[in-house]
Amino acid sequence: MPDRNEPIPDDHDPLRNINPTDSDHLDYVGQQGLAVEQETLIEPDPAKREQARSLWGDAWRDLRRRPIFLVSTVLIVLLILIAIFPGLFTGTDPRASDLINNYLRRPDWTDFFGGGWFGYDGQGRSIYARVIYGARASITVGICVTLAVTLLGGMAGMAAGFFGGWSDAVISRITDIFFGIPLLLGALVLLNAFSVRTVWSVVIALAFLGWTQLARVMRGSVITVKQSDYVVAGRALGAGTSRLMFRHILPNAIAPVIVVATIALGGYITAEATLSFLGIGLQDPTISWGVDISSAQKVIRQAPFVLFFPAAALSITVLAFIMMGDAVRDALDPKLR
Amino acid sequence: MGHYVLRRVLQMIPVFFGATLLIFLMVYSLPGDPIAAMFGDKAADPATVAHLKHQYYLDQPLWKQYLHYMNNIFHLDFGTSFTGRPVSEIMKDAFPVTIRLALVAFFFEIVIGLPLGLIAGLKRGSIADTLVLLVTLVVISIPVFVLGYIAQTVFAINLGWVTATVQDSRDISQLILPGLVLASLSLAYVARLTRTSIGENLRADYMRTAVAKGLPRRTVVGRHLLRNSLIPVVTFLGTDLGALMGGAIVTEGIFNIAGIGNVLYKAINQKEGPTVVGIVTVLVIVYLVASLVVDLLYAVLDPRIRYA
Repeated sequence: MPDRNEPIPDDHDPLRNINPTDSDHLDYVGQQGLAVEQETLIEPDPAKREQARSLWGDAWRDLRRRPIFLVSTVLIVLLILIAIFPGLFTGTDPRASDLINNYLRRPDWTDFFGGGWFGYDGQGRSIYARVIYGARASITVGICVTLAVTLLGGMAGMAAGFFGGWSDAVISRITDIFFGIPLLLGALVLLNAFSVRTVWSVVIALAFLGWTQLARVMRGSVITVKQSDYVVAGRALGAGTSRLMFRHILPNAIAPVIVVATIALGGYITAEATLSFLGIGLQDPTISWGVDISSAQKVIRQAPFVLFFPAAALSITVLAFIMMGDAVRDALDPKLR
Repeated sequence: MGHYVLRRVLQMIPVFFGATLLIFLMVYSLPGDPIAAMFGDKAADPATVAHLKHQYYLDQPLWKQYLHYMNNIFHLDFGTSFTGRPVSEIMKDAFPVTIRLALVAFFFEIVIGLPLGLIAGLKRGSIADTLVLLVTLVVISIPVFVLGYIAQTVFAINLGWVTATVQDSRDISQLILPGLVLASLSLAYVARLTRTSIGENLRADYMRTAVAKGLPRRTVVGRHLLRNSLIPVVTFLGTDLGALMGGAIVTEGIFNIAGIGNVLYKAINQKEGPTVVGIVTVLVIVYLVASLVVDLLYAVLDPRIRYA
C-alpha cells in the first residue's frame, strides 16, 4: 500500500500533461468530444435536461416532499372551501335558535353532520353549523389582512430600502411609530370608534397597524439584494428605477416577506378572534368563533363542549397556516438545510 | 458607544411624539362623544356639557389639545379621567400589578423557553426535538383566551389547586397560573427561536474550532454557542416585555386581575379618552426604552458589533 503522504505523480492528471503526441491526450480529447456529442443529442429533449433550478423551483421540489406542507395545504384548501360554500357542509341554519335543543343535551355523535353533532349552545343553536359558518369571517380576515399588510409593508420597505437616505430615514421613523403601538391595543381603540363593525372594519384596523413588521423585513431584504452584482450590472446597463425594482430586486427580495406573511396570517386570525372575544371585534349577525367562545363562558362549567368546538376550529385553522409558513420558511431558507 | 446612545435617544424623540400623536388622534378624532356618554341615556344640559368640555379641554382644536396634553405630560400630569380621578393615580394602582404579572411571565419565558430551545437545538431530530416542536406549535396555535379558560377550568375548577381568580396580586403564588398563560405564546416563540439559532450556530466554524481544541463541553456550549445564539432571542425578549404588558388585557380579564389591561379595557369601552391615552403613552415609553436596552445589550453579547 502506498504511503498516503507520497505526492501523486503529475502524469495522473490529464490536464497537466497535455502533449500533442501523447495518445493518452488524444484519447482524452476524444472522450470529451463524445461527451459533447452526447450533450447535444440530449439537449433537444427538455424533459431530461438537468436544469439549473431557481430558488423557487428548489423550494417547490423541497416542499412537495414535506408531509407538514401537504397536511397544511389539504387543511387550508378544505377551510377555504368551507368558508366559500358553508352550505355544502351543513344543512342546518346557524342562526336558528331552538330552545328545546339546549346546551344541557350532550353532543349526539350518531347525528353525523347533523345539527346536533356537536351539540347546541346556550341559545339552542347548532354548534356544528356555527363552527362551519364561522370559518368565513376568520379566513377572510386572515387572508385580506395579510394581503393588505404585504402590499403596504412591501411598498414602504421597498421604497425605504431602495432609495435609502432621507426617504429611508422618514419611512423608518414612521414604521417605528406604528411599531410602538401594540397591535391589539391599537385595534381595540380604533375599532371602538366603529358603531357597526363588520369583517372589513376589522381588516382595516389590523392592516392599518400591522404593516410595520413586513416593512422592516422587506427593507432589510431589499438592502441586501441591492448590493448584489446583477443589480449593479443592471444599473450600469441603464435599467430604470422601476425595472431595477420590479425585475431585479423584487423577485429576489420577496422570499423572507412571504415567509413572515404566511406565519403572520395565523396571528391575524387569532387577533380577530381575540378582538371578537373581547366584544370589540365582529358582532352579530356575523358568525365568529371568537364571539361564540366568548358567549360559551357562561355555560363552561355545565357544558365545556360549547367552548371546545369553536376553540378547536380556531386553533386548527391557525395551526394550518402556521405549519404552512413553517414549511415554506424551511424550504426557502438554505441556512436550515 | 456614547455617540450611538445619543443618536438612538434622539431618534426616539420623533417616534415618541409620533406614537402618542397617533394614539391621541385615534382616541379623540374618531366618532363618539365621551361627554354625551357620561350622561348615558339622559338628555344632557347644554351648559353642563359646555362646562365639562371646557374642563377637559375638548372645546379646543385637536392640535391644541395634543400640545396641552404633551405639556402636561412633561410635568408628569397625565390629566384627569372623566370620573374625576387623576389618571396618574389610576396608573399608580394598576401598573405595579401588571408589572408583577409581566415579570412572572417573563421569568417563565426564560426559565422554560430557553432550556427547551437549547435541548431541541442541540439534539436536532431527536424525540425531544420533535416533542418541543410539536408542543410549541400547538401552544402557538391555541389563542391565549382559550388557553386561559382551559387552564382555569382544569387547575382551578376541576383540580382546585389554585383559586379561579386572583384575589391578591401581591401574592406571587396566585400569579403563577395567569403568568404561565400570559407567557405561553412568547415562551413557545423563545423555544423555537433558540432552537433555530442554536441549530445555525452549531455549524459555525468557531464551534468546530472550540471542539477541536478540546474545550470542555460546558465551555463550548455556554460560552461559545449560547452567547452567539442568544442574540436574536434577546431581541425578542426585549420587545416582548412591552408586548406582555399590552397583551395582559386578555389574561387579566380572564383571571380578574386589576392591572393595567383591565383598566385599559374598561376605559376603551367607556370612551375614557384621558385614561386610554395616558396608559398607552406609558406603554409606548416602556416599549421604546426596552428596544434601546436591547440594542445596547447587543454590544455586550456580541463583541463583533461595534458602535461608531
